[in-house]
Amino acid sequence: MMAAPSSALLDVRDLHVRFATARGEVRAVDGVNLSVAPGETLGLVGESGSGKSVTLRAILRLLRANAAITGEVRWQGENLLALPEKRLRDIRGKDIAVIFQEPMSALNPVISIGRQIDESLVAHTALDAAGRRRRAIELLDLVGIASPEQRLAGFPHEFSGGMRQRAMIAIALAAEPKLLLADEPTTALDVTIQDQILKLLLRLNRELGMGLILVTHDLGVVAETCDRVSVMYAGRVVESGPVDRVFTAPRHAYTDALLRSMPHGGAARAPLRPIPGQPPRLDRAIAGCPFAPRCALVEDRCTVEAPPFAVVAPDQRAACWASDRLAAREGVA
Amino acid sequence: MTALALTFRRAPASLIAGAAVLLVVLVCAVAPGLIAPYDPLAFDYGALLQPPSAAHPFGTDQFGRDILSRTIAAATIDLQIAIFATVGPLVIGTIIGLLVGYYGGIADAIFGRLVDLVVTFPFLVLVIAIVAVLGPGLSNMYIAIGVVGWVFYARLMRGEVQVLRGQDYVSAAKVLGYGEARILLRHILPNAARPILVYWMTDMALAILLGSSLGYLGLGAQPPAAEWGVLIADGKNFFSQAWWITVFPGFAIVFCGIGFSLFGDGLADLMDVRR
Amino acid sequence: MSGTILKSGPVADAPIMTVDGLVKTFPLGRSLADVLGGRPVRAVQALSGVSLTVRKGETLGVVGESGCGKSTLARCLVRLHEPDAGAVRFEGADVLGLQGYARRAYNRSVQMVFQDPYGSLNPRLSVGDALAEALTVHRIVEGGAVRERVGELLDLVHLPRDAADRYPHEFSGGQRQRVGIARALAVEPSVIIADEPVSALDVSVQAQVVNLFLELQERLGLTLIFITHDLRLVRHISHRIAVMYLGKVVETGDTEAVFTAPRHPYTRALIAAVPQVDPHQRSAREAVRGELPSPIAPPPGCPFHPRCPIAEPQCRTVVPALVPRGGPWPVACHLAGPADAPEFIA
Repeated sequence: MMAAPSSALLDVRDLHVRFATARGEVRAVDGVNLSVAPGETLGLVGESGSGKSVTLRAILRLLRANAAITGEVRWQGENLLALPEKRLRDIRGKDIAVIFQEPMSALNPVISIGRQIDESLVAHTALDAAGRRRRAIELLDLVGIASPEQRLAGFPHEFSGGMRQRAMIAIALAAEPKLLLADEPTTALDVTIQDQILKLLLRLNRELGMGLILVTHDLGVVAETCDRVSVMYAGRVVESGPVDRVFTAPRHAYTDALLRSMPHGGAARAPLRPIPGQPPRLDRAIAGCPFAPRCALVEDRCTVEAPPFAVVAPDQRAACWASDRLAAREGVA
Repeated sequence: MTALALTFRRAPASLIAGAAVLLVVLVCAVAPGLIAPYDPLAFDYGALLQPPSAAHPFGTDQFGRDILSRTIAAATIDLQIAIFATVGPLVIGTIIGLLVGYYGGIADAIFGRLVDLVVTFPFLVLVIAIVAVLGPGLSNMYIAIGVVGWVFYARLMRGEVQVLRGQDYVSAAKVLGYGEARILLRHILPNAARPILVYWMTDMALAILLGSSLGYLGLGAQPPAAEWGVLIADGKNFFSQAWWITVFPGFAIVFCGIGFSLFGDGLADLMDVRR
Repeated sequence: MSGTILKSGPVADAPIMTVDGLVKTFPLGRSLADVLGGRPVRAVQALSGVSLTVRKGETLGVVGESGCGKSTLARCLVRLHEPDAGAVRFEGADVLGLQGYARRAYNRSVQMVFQDPYGSLNPRLSVGDALAEALTVHRIVEGGAVRERVGELLDLVHLPRDAADRYPHEFSGGQRQRVGIARALAVEPSVIIADEPVSALDVSVQAQVVNLFLELQERLGLTLIFITHDLRLVRHISHRIAVMYLGKVVETGDTEAVFTAPRHPYTRALIAAVPQVDPHQRSAREAVRGELPSPIAPPPGCPFHPRCPIAEPQCRTVVPALVPRGGPWPVACHLAGPADAPEFIA
């Protein structure tokens, strides 16, 4: 069991999420440990079905009724998973805010952006009407929306995709949360707009000292924005550590293979190095390491005994039997 | 053969239950003489308005006719109504919906106005008006239902096709140089068929109700022919002393309707390719 | 492998396809009030004068963000859309006027692979039936040979032969994309236009499909037009690229040359905006400011001028032509050098 750093803002311990489905029980999240320090940005990266979004939503219990969540989510001395719904509602939005991939579905289409920011301010601050209006304008300005006073009266459909995500962030920031959970916030956006939103999140993180958990499938997004990264595969965190260490000296065979599978500049038209096969089905028990069937470094014990999530380097953990062999090899690039 | 076995193994419970109910109705319709204990038209003045008993499980009417035998015999006409009143609209509606949905343009605009026109009139009133002009009787009833009913099939089909024609596999078929008939019949129609077949099943149940209503009003099947609506109409004057004349044909309508509904539900499940 | 599928040939500089001044607009619906008020028909300017050359045996990468017209261009090239103006030539012959038999023959030569691996296969046709259909409609093989050729096509895309009896929903996204590629190859095309063929797939699976494209191109001598928003990918697989912005090609040239020294400020911004996997190459500066303009009302002059960090007064009025401007490849930017052709105010 991982001993959490005492300074952690949020500490997720042994999180499990199981979905009861018609095809049986699906173990979407299977023993995840995470922690975020105040003002830190944590990237939660993985391919589709790895459980990264489910983990994020489980933190605030934003899952459907068929999900069974167990484990602990420590937040300022409390376990969020054990709190009554009413108490949790106070924390959601106030201390921990969330933004999603598709801002259009998270924004109310028939209420102006100004009103939606105002609602958040009414719920979480003691400001009067004039103060809230001033604050709303400040917030739109902060997230980089030009002529914020005019924009307050605008409706979501009048905003472009990037502007909607900015508005969504403004609403999230209204209560000055200590932690922002962002679920693929730039996946639906064009690359130049993605770049703007990522830089915005970084700036807010730095200026407001706000912690950030960024869920994404894009390793580049993590490399550009995050201090630390946790790599997920088949519902488990397989490796975590500082981004510059994990990305340059990965100690889990999956992280290594994922980095190698990406196109690198300078090797034009050379075959890429894909990971063969598919991720395992999560409705069946997995013996040993879930990546073993696709792994190039697989050894006998990988298929029978699950590797421990062990410290492999200062501040870096990996659950891989081949960890030492990876360390002996050269870097990815 | 293996395909049939596979289909049966995959068949949802509702499909099997529905098929069983419809099989009973079908046997009654095809060979009423084999099952019915009496001649449905034979008078028996020794047994007028008898309540249900061992000799007459559903009782008898004011002429001593056996209600069980008449209810069984009525299946012939009612199943005929279910099929004849719906197959025409199904075929015509499917073809028109397919073409209008795929090609769009002026024909689609005209069709849209026609739909508006038809849905603003209550269906039953429209059918009664047409039967009133043509004269009562089953054939005219089929015509009346057909004239109006195809619009609903076509509307459903058009909506499906409009979605499917934008699918990439339809684009792929065009890029592969396939002819339009092939695209329509092989790539669009099979994928658009599910809702329309399910609706057809519901519509057959509704057609029986409609046929019975018109029979009750004297505009559909004519006495002494046994038809569930006619039977119910026959019994209405005796309802206070002989409820069985009305109630058992009513049960038959419900039974048959449930059969179609279950079968339709099961069909929808079976045709879901992702099963 | 049957010999007739193999069409290996040396990469020549000869153009196999040329696109010249392609224009495509999609009119928007008008309300009754618009009609009565006599307002002009509004339209999305998807392509406003696209010119390109595709060389035999090469991969041309077409990159751009949403609304730049890259998918519309792909659909015009296979004639799923009819352009409003301009010309497309295939092996020197006009394509847009083709009808009936000639049009089908053209489509045999120029095939398409679609983005969505779930939407591009008919869910009610088994993989074998879908491939056999393409083979028999064009009478590529007949009778008993069909099944054998279906098997060969599956071999070609590295799917097991028993895949023929299975249905699309039984496959993963990557496998379905292989089926889509096999179907396009069934008619033995010389050009394949791939519209975002891997963007719906996970990174590790993307690499499998990208490798398949590279391998097939090598083995069959295919010409590939690869349309994508992914710059890392396009740099990896293309010989040449064309960068599109708001219905126009703004720069086109050899991939490595363009990536190393982009001449158009938009190309520079696009390259800078791609998140680097190397955490040491971080930058806090935004690559480019502002939003993508609406293709319903594109800005006058250079379409990029409202976001351009170096725009000058003439950029707001004069449309820059896509010409070499004294450099090694064409670029549509006034500031890249003097135009070697007349330019117009728009």
